[in-house]
Amino acid sequence: MKDFLQQIIYGINAGSIYALIALGYTMVYGIVKLINFAHGDILMMGAYFGLLAITVLGLPFPLAIVIAMLVCAAFGMIINKVAYKPLRNAPRISALITALGISMFLENYFVVQFGLEVRKMPEIAWLKGEVFIGGLSIPKVTFLIVGLSIACMIALQFIVRKTKVGKAMRAVSEDMQAAKLMGINVDKTISITFALGSALGGLGGVLYSVAYYQVEPYMGILPGLKAFVAAVLGGIGIIPGAMFGGFVMGIIENLTKGFISSSWSNAILFGILILVLLFKPSGIFGKNTREKV
Amino acid sequence: MLKVNDIQVYYGAIHAIKGISFEVNQGEIVTLIGANGAGKTTILHTVSGLIKPKTGNVQLFDKEISNIEAHKIVEMGMAQVPEGRRVFAKMSVQENLEMGAFSRKDKGNFDADYDMVFEKFPRLKERRKQLAGTMSGGEQQMLAMARALMSRPKILLMDEPSMGLAPILVDEIFNIIQEINKAGTTILLVEQNAHKALTIASRAYVLETGTVVLSGPANELLDNDEVKRAYLG
Ligand SMILES: Nc1ncnc2c1ncn2[C@@H]1O[C@H](COP(=O)(O)OP(=O)(O)OP(=O)(O)O)[C@@H](O)[C@H]1O
Ligand SMILES: [Mg+2]
Repeated sequence: MKDFLQQIIYGINAGSIYALIALGYTMVYGIVKLINFAHGDILMMGAYFGLLAITVLGLPFPLAIVIAMLVCAAFGMIINKVAYKPLRNAPRISALITALGISMFLENYFVVQFGLEVRKMPEIAWLKGEVFIGGLSIPKVTFLIVGLSIACMIALQFIVRKTKVGKAMRAVSEDMQAAKLMGINVDKTISITFALGSALGGLGGVLYSVAYYQVEPYMGILPGLKAFVAAVLGGIGIIPGAMFGGFVMGIIENLTKGFISSSWSNAILFGILILVLLFKPSGIFGKNTREKV
Repeated sequence: MLKVNDIQVYYGAIHAIKGISFEVNQGEIVTLIGANGAGKTTILHTVSGLIKPKTGNVQLFDKEISNIEAHKIVEMGMAQVPEGRRVFAKMSVQENLEMGAFSRKDKGNFDADYDMVFEKFPRLKERRKQLAGTMSGGEQQMLAMARALMSRPKILLMDEPSMGLAPILVDEIFNIIQEINKAGTTILLVEQNAHKALTIASRAYVLETGTVVLSGPANELLDNDEVKRAYLG
């Protein structure tokens, strides 16, 4: 029982990061019906920017997080503008291929810039060590990761449900043309969506590198894919679904690692994707309407 | 107020509008009538800036708007009630109305406007919290009209507001259109219900496959033999 709870805690830790990243996939899909396969690389960039802010600029960790989020937001908007916006009326497969192209470009660009070496995120003194609660050991960093992730998700829900720009995002995602007829600037709204999703991805990247210490150009691929599965599991385009899916993925992954075998965990996670696509393609939170991607 | 000058509109290779001109003056109700596929919706989309004409231009308040983005045209004072209502189904009635007021610069207090639309459409008031997608077709049509009014348009375009509604509701909708017009909003009305439209309009244009085949004062068209045969049954 204790082992089980311990794995659940690790799972919530990983899951909150997956949830942050899954939000980026789901928000962008919700508004432009595009799987932004470059989103995993936003995570990687967030980790690098966070690392550089700490090691090169010598900034404190909280400021590094803010910088990574801002820079990633800007990159998200740029990627939308140069790669996706010109293809808005093109067949979906073109945008999908472009997304993969952008992803490869970013990875290789970072290889050229920073090399393949795995860099270590410096340890942050006040995050070292563990807290023991009822015989369970909880890394201090887990409190930070889970706390920040949940705070961001609540903030995002507030933005989407209550603010003018959030309502515009929902209107555009339902009916782009009708939104224009309301006087909504659709391009600007889409751009803001990319910015928000990418900022969360950037935060996910910093937190991921803090949790697992390493930063390298291909680090975004696997968590990116898992977060994508999380988004599909919850119902792509549905924000609470992405959060839920993220936590489920993290928990299943760690239970597998703890009780079956580490080498099986990815197979099981991606097996979930296949099962969801076969039996409930619209995801747990989704209504069953078939969407071709 | 609104002037459309010899526009040609294409969808890829399909030549949908083959040189159409018309104008709508301050205070008028002008109606465009025509059979399915005549190009009525295409014209409204072009006027609203959703599609660009290949040649010709559109002027609003003596300013050319053919190259202005759709959302900015709304800010200039033109709103549209689109064909098929197009309310935001997953948003509440209240939120739909807020979207209607999106372009307004006078932020914050829309109470007077809510009072105005709820007075016209009392049924919306008790349903403020309801999701638009769960309302009946007639209620959704009312919401679409109320939503467009929230931008305080100087000119309102309406695309078949009576489509699919029961006769009683059709009468109600046409009464409301007249009320809106009397309160000072100019109206361009697209209709298949030619009889009703010609009864409330001051002038009309009859469209056939992308061209205007007849135009004139609405009461004259009501008596026109050709119109009677083709559109009034
Ligand atoms: N998106 C589109 N792509 C290609 N052709 C289109 C498109 N929209 C309309 N058309 C064509 O343009 C012509 C005019 O269509 P439009 O919708 O403007 O007609 P309408 O007069 O509004 O008809 P209805 O009374 O049925 O609403 C039709 O031949 C239609 O097939
Ligand atoms: Mg039409």
